[in-house]
Amino acid sequence: MNETIDLIRSKDPTFQQEVEAESGQNISNCYQCGNCTAGCPAALDYDMMPNQVMRGIQLGLRDKVLSSQAIYMCLSCSTCSLRCPNSIDIAGVMETLRHMARRTNKVGVKRVEKFWLSFLDTVRTFGRSYEIGTMALYMLRSLRFWTDVDLAPQALMKQKLGLKPHVIPSKESVEAVGRIFKRYQERAKREGVRP
Amino acid sequence: MKIAYYPGCSAKGSSLDYELSTQAVLKALGIQTVEIADWNCCGSTPAHAVATDLSTALCTRNLALAARQGADLIATSCPSCLSNHKHAHVRMQDPDFRTRVNELLDEPAPEQMPEMTSVMQLIAQQCDSDQIKSRVTKSLTGIKIAPYYGCLMSRPAELMQFGDPENPTLMESLLASCGADDILDFPLKTECCGASAGIPHRPLTARNSGRILQLAVNMGADCIAVCCPLCQMNLDLRQKQAGKAEGTKFNIPVLYFTQLMGIAFGCDADSLGLNKLCVSADRITDKIHALSTAAKEAAQGGKA
Repeated sequence: MNETIDLIRSKDPTFQQEVEAESGQNISNCYQCGNCTAGCPAALDYDMMPNQVMRGIQLGLRDKVLSSQAIYMCLSCSTCSLRCPNSIDIAGVMETLRHMARRTNKVGVKRVEKFWLSFLDTVRTFGRSYEIGTMALYMLRSLRFWTDVDLAPQALMKQKLGLKPHVIPSKESVEAVGRIFKRYQERAKREGVRP
Repeated sequence: MKIAYYPGCSAKGSSLDYELSTQAVLKALGIQTVEIADWNCCGSTPAHAVATDLSTALCTRNLALAARQGADLIATSCPSCLSNHKHAHVRMQDPDFRTRVNELLDEPAPEQMPEMTSVMQLIAQQCDSDQIKSRVTKSLTGIKIAPYYGCLMSRPAELMQFGDPENPTLMESLLASCGADDILDFPLKTECCGASAGIPHRPLTARNSGRILQLAVNMGADCIAVCCPLCQMNLDLRQKQAGKAEGTKFNIPVLYFTQLMGIAFGCDADSLGLNKLCVSADRITDKIHALSTAAKEAAQGGKA
């Protein structure tokens, strides 16, 4: 985030209000102490530091913040929220930003979303997550076919990964979970957002 | 009190050893639980990262099943499952949000749904230190243990209610009741291991897990004790990847706290899933056996 930002042209005064309404947090309370960034276990992989994300919201930099990689790399460990001297739930804000970004089709780190969707596909199908299925779908989506192949021999030998999916025993229950996803996807379509 | 049990998906696959040892320990302590019939995945990180209502709907279905089963409390081993269900419980108190979640479900959620707790807290609630001590046949005395909780068990603090969110000590208490007298004050006990980033962004998980492993080794730990399936996988199955990140080769066993308790209770290795560990725990079990045998002989010698 070292390039010059045209604050007058890019400022969106409603952005902070929207983030505050959806996250229930008072973003104005952030005075840039940097505790969130200092404690963040993923910050080395962020393009914007957590405190910069907070400042970006205050400055109304909607595009900059919602297009960031940071909101997709956040691990939701909540260390930032715990250490914020102003009790801002920063991890909750990051989650809100992720939701807002996805609703407008902004996906800062595509392979992270591909992993999430692959995982959820297995839950939708079997009612329970299925490790090998998640990996296979992720490799297909991301074309990263070498992902964790180094772990496969040991994982299989130790039967860490069941070859068969873990399906809910009752078929009716599998279908009930499928219906939760179906309704969720239908509603997302109705509301015009990315499911 | 009727206690329902939610295993979570890992229990059926990558953390079968956690599941086996949890059941062995609960059985040894006489704590009875009934698995929620037809439970589903809580959605884990992907569901809440994508949409709060989807995550909450998945969890609410489980809470409703437990309510209909007549459960007063639900216990689970997995911190991520626990966090998601606890979040769902709280979020369902908001009437507007509840309506949105109910729209996703076959039938509206019941008004009253049981709370969820961790198996670790359940054990501590049901058994005092003396009751646990009375079960110990092979003391953990002399084993240097690095207790590691990961990020979710104690955070967010007000939701998880797990003591000091940066210095929880419940695992230490349980292990101490099993005779452990050399538990490290482990500074990285609640630092994130890198969680599920291991798949889409390995360097992050390798680096974070590498730091944790390196510190445990530097502090002279015999093993790391964990309570989260994903932490265990990152520290054990991914130990070689973490070693590469740190420019070294690690070889330190990473056991679930329930496996350590089970060893102390004299449960056999198979019933604790010790063979599932990637870094063998043989040297830990051998050391425990040797030390407890020596202690018993010394005690008998003393009496004679």
